[in-house]
Amino acid sequence: MSAYPALQRKIAEQITRIDEDYRESTEMPVPPPDWVKAVDTLAKLPTRGDSWIGNILNEIHKTAAAQYKNTMEEYRKAVRVRHSLLERMMPYWRKLSQTLDQVDKTIIGLHERSKVIDSRMDEYEEIRKKTDKAARMLSSSAMTQFFISALVLLIAIGGAVINFNLIALPMSEMVGGGSYIGNFKTSNIAALVIILVEVAMGLYLMESLRITHLFPVIGQMDDKMRTRMIYVTFTILLILAGVESALAFMRDRIAADMQALRQTLATVTEAQPVNSWIPTVGQMVMGFILPFALTFVAIPLESFVHSSRSVFGSGLAGLLRLISFALRLLGNIVKYLGEFLINVYDVVIFPPLWIENLIRNKTHVGDVAEAIVNEEVS
Amino acid sequence: MKRLLALSLISISLLVSGCPDTTTHSQGVYMLLDSSGTYRNEIKRAQAIVNYLLGTLQSGDSLAVARIDSGSFSEKDIIAKMTFDRRPSVTNQQKRLFKQKVDDFVAKVKGSAYTDITGGVLQAVEYLNETGAGRKHILIFSDLKEELAKGHIRDFPIQLSGCKVVALNVTKLRSDNIDPRVYYKRVEQWKERIEAGGGEWRIVNDLERLESILAD
Repeated sequence: MSAYPALQRKIAEQITRIDEDYRESTEMPVPPPDWVKAVDTLAKLPTRGDSWIGNILNEIHKTAAAQYKNTMEEYRKAVRVRHSLLERMMPYWRKLSQTLDQVDKTIIGLHERSKVIDSRMDEYEEIRKKTDKAARMLSSSAMTQFFISALVLLIAIGGAVINFNLIALPMSEMVGGGSYIGNFKTSNIAALVIILVEVAMGLYLMESLRITHLFPVIGQMDDKMRTRMIYVTFTILLILAGVESALAFMRDRIAADMQALRQTLATVTEAQPVNSWIPTVGQMVMGFILPFALTFVAIPLESFVHSSRSVFGSGLAGLLRLISFALRLLGNIVKYLGEFLINVYDVVIFPPLWIENLIRNKTHVGDVAEAIVNEEVS
Repeated sequence: MKRLLALSLISISLLVSGCPDTTTHSQGVYMLLDSSGTYRNEIKRAQAIVNYLLGTLQSGDSLAVARIDSGSFSEKDIIAKMTFDRRPSVTNQQKRLFKQKVDDFVAKVKGSAYTDITGGVLQAVEYLNETGAGRKHILIFSDLKEELAKGHIRDFPIQLSGCKVVALNVTKLRSDNIDPRVYYKRVEQWKERIEAGGGEWRIVNDLERLESILAD
């Protein structure tokens, strides 16, 4: 890696040299040789009336000119061949140059990546040494991930609620509006199940695409199996999106019918319905898109799951610290309260004890004096 | 993968088909309309209550409207009765049909000579028990003044366990105005009778607050 710049420079220099050589190879036609001048001079000699000398000289000139022309043509032909050969080499040189540029970019990228790897290795070393800095860094990173993913999950939950409202009413047309499972309407549970199945399919799809890594079993599948899983999950999602779109259409119709019935029951003149296809189409499009949008829940979910462990751990540690502080505070309060009460008791008990002691001393002094008197008498 | 798919499909089918419980959450409402001479003019107000009930009751609920006449313990006195279909679209059609029947009755109603409220209540209990509804309501749209034809025997306890009886629009009669104790005594007698039979008693005279009719 360290020798690469030198190597690259060397190759570049070589390419430049080849290029220069090529340019230099385009030589000018060589000047006619010296004997041609001699022939020219002979040709220009005055004939002085001798026709045969003149003829000879003319013949010599013609022969020399023809030879010169032939020589020049052969020379040019040879040069043309050489140039064509050189020209054929040009793309290879350019390709070589481009390849080198690419190698240069890759090496620069590798160099930058190696810097990132170095910084990661430093962090890893810090983590291995269990330093406070590493702990703070990890905790802060997990906290950021936790809040961002929680925010995105909240948005996704909002989408799921809208989705639920789109399909809950028409589901009662399929599973019955009056049936219950426990305290919940069967139609509501069915709508919820469809949304959850969509989310689950989205998770499997993301796992199969290796975007998330929540299920190692899926990630470890061979490529053929994984591709099959991608197709299967995507097909199920597509079908569910179609079903939702149809349910959204049905919802629009049922809602319109209910509205008309309510107006009849309220003996209000039936309002002219808004004869527009826009709300219907809007609901259908939403019903179709939302399942695919929910697919991407997998990404923040993974971040949330991974970061929540660290965040909950930090939270629990904070809570334990708070409890320990409160208990220590309570202990100290009780301890000093005890001491205070002892002091108060001392203040209160001191006068009676002092008086008691005083009386006892007096009695004791009297007894001692009586004992001495008795001893002396005896 | 196959196991995963199978599990998903089984859970969907289980939850969608589920173990539906159609009885405990459904409501049954039986409304008695007094068509005696003194109360006949009030019947238009009852129409509004029926419309409110039609707007409130859901798929799977049951509703019946019957008249109180000289002998009310009879199926012939039932103007309209329906258990709404499980599908909301069909329920809406049934409600339209129900409303039409009640409207026809209101348009053609004739006053009866006597007022057999007890017979109507007995018929109501019978109908509501047959529907198997989880919550049973009997609505009596009457002044609660019972007048029986000669020979009709109604002075026996009524079994009303699990039924909520709501007296609606209990108007004061001319005699009540002279001595209000008559009115209170009449209402108290009905209350005692209903509660003795195991039912719950309530009076709703303010028809602007219809939502309190089916309140638990």
